[in-house]
Amino acid sequence: MAQRTTEIIVGLFMIAGLAALLVLALQVSGLSPSSAESTYTVYADFNDTGGLTPRGRVSMAGVTVGTIESIALNKETFQARVTMSIRSDVDNIPADSSAVIRTSGLLGEQYIDISIGGDMESLQAGDSFYSTQSAMNLERLISNFASGR
Amino acid sequence: MIDRIASLGRLGLDIVTSFGRSGQFLAGVLAGVPRPVTGFPLLIKQLYSVGVLSLAIVVVSGLFIGMVLGLQGYTILSDYGSEAAIGQMIALTLVRELGPVVTALLFAGRAGSALTAEIGLMKATEQLSSMEMMGVDPLRRVIAPRLWAGFIAMPVLAVIFSVVGIWGGMLVGVDWLGVFEGSFWGNMQSSVDFVDDVMNGVIKSVVFGFVCAWIAVYQGYDCVPTSAGISSATTKTVVYSSLAVLGLDFVLTAVMFGDF
Repeated sequence: MAQRTTEIIVGLFMIAGLAALLVLALQVSGLSPSSAESTYTVYADFNDTGGLTPRGRVSMAGVTVGTIESIALNKETFQARVTMSIRSDVDNIPADSSAVIRTSGLLGEQYIDISIGGDMESLQAGDSFYSTQSAMNLERLISNFASGR
Repeated sequence: MIDRIASLGRLGLDIVTSFGRSGQFLAGVLAGVPRPVTGFPLLIKQLYSVGVLSLAIVVVSGLFIGMVLGLQGYTILSDYGSEAAIGQMIALTLVRELGPVVTALLFAGRAGSALTAEIGLMKATEQLSSMEMMGVDPLRRVIAPRLWAGFIAMPVLAVIFSVVGIWGGMLVGVDWLGVFEGSFWGNMQSSVDFVDDVMNGVIKSVVFGFVCAWIAVYQGYDCVPTSAGISSATTKTVVYSSLAVLGLDFVLTAVMFGDF
């Protein structure tokens, strides 16, 4: 085969590889070109984070507005401190909003839902949520029910 | 008794020597990077025979593996009423594990064995030694382009495998079994991370490509130059490559995805 034909076919092969990587990036992992947008950090203290994991989503009214950065134990209060980064364009979360851990679907992953409060002031970077609601623990719920409390 | 111990010792020495020789060989090949201008056509030719010609088997296997994943995943997940998670399952399985591993196994069978047989026959017909007589370094002229071609072609093939597999899974899951397309892609996109999943898969396939190509060219270069020697070298290439890929896959998975 002529050298030129081989070169063209190999070039097409490499392009196919790059295109496949692009598909994996954009379509499969949902990487959008604007994903490196600026964010700000807020905190929330939970009694029980259940199965919450880093990289999970933070949503408001079902719309994803940020991600969970890290979960660590606060040794003084024995609560879990969750660090979240929220998109900068969502800068008007009322200061008395509460962070609630919910489960998507029956078996889905857990995420943080922000229930909107009514305060005129909004959360600033570095603030903590005033009220939180921990993950629903089915076992505890059943044992409470069974023991009649 | 003493003979037994001696043969055991000889076996150990043989293994250590062959590791040493293959390391030396690799150092020699890597030192002989194909020259930018004169080496480039050689590399292109090898990329064609190693990469492009492996494309058919990779695409077909990827399609069928994706379709089987879709079918099996649907059967299992529908027991729990969460068929929508099928996209996530297919994508993570393919991108993290099956893409790099199955491509490497196919690559070892399709391209690695051919490389070994080709180089082994060159050695048996004394083409390699006549090259040396002419002052051409066979490591640079014959071995290096093949090693680099395997190294470059493998990640490309693995990525194509994953994409075709996901498409096959979508054909079965969405078009045939009727999973809602939005939740198929949505679940997938929310669970697959580009750096943690896709790039780690690519790193895996780079490692596998390197190992497979190294084993293939070393076995060819080091074979006993007879027809029986070439056939046993070809067998060894496939067996060693497969074992190395599976073993390394465990190590890489433990390092990349294990939580410790």
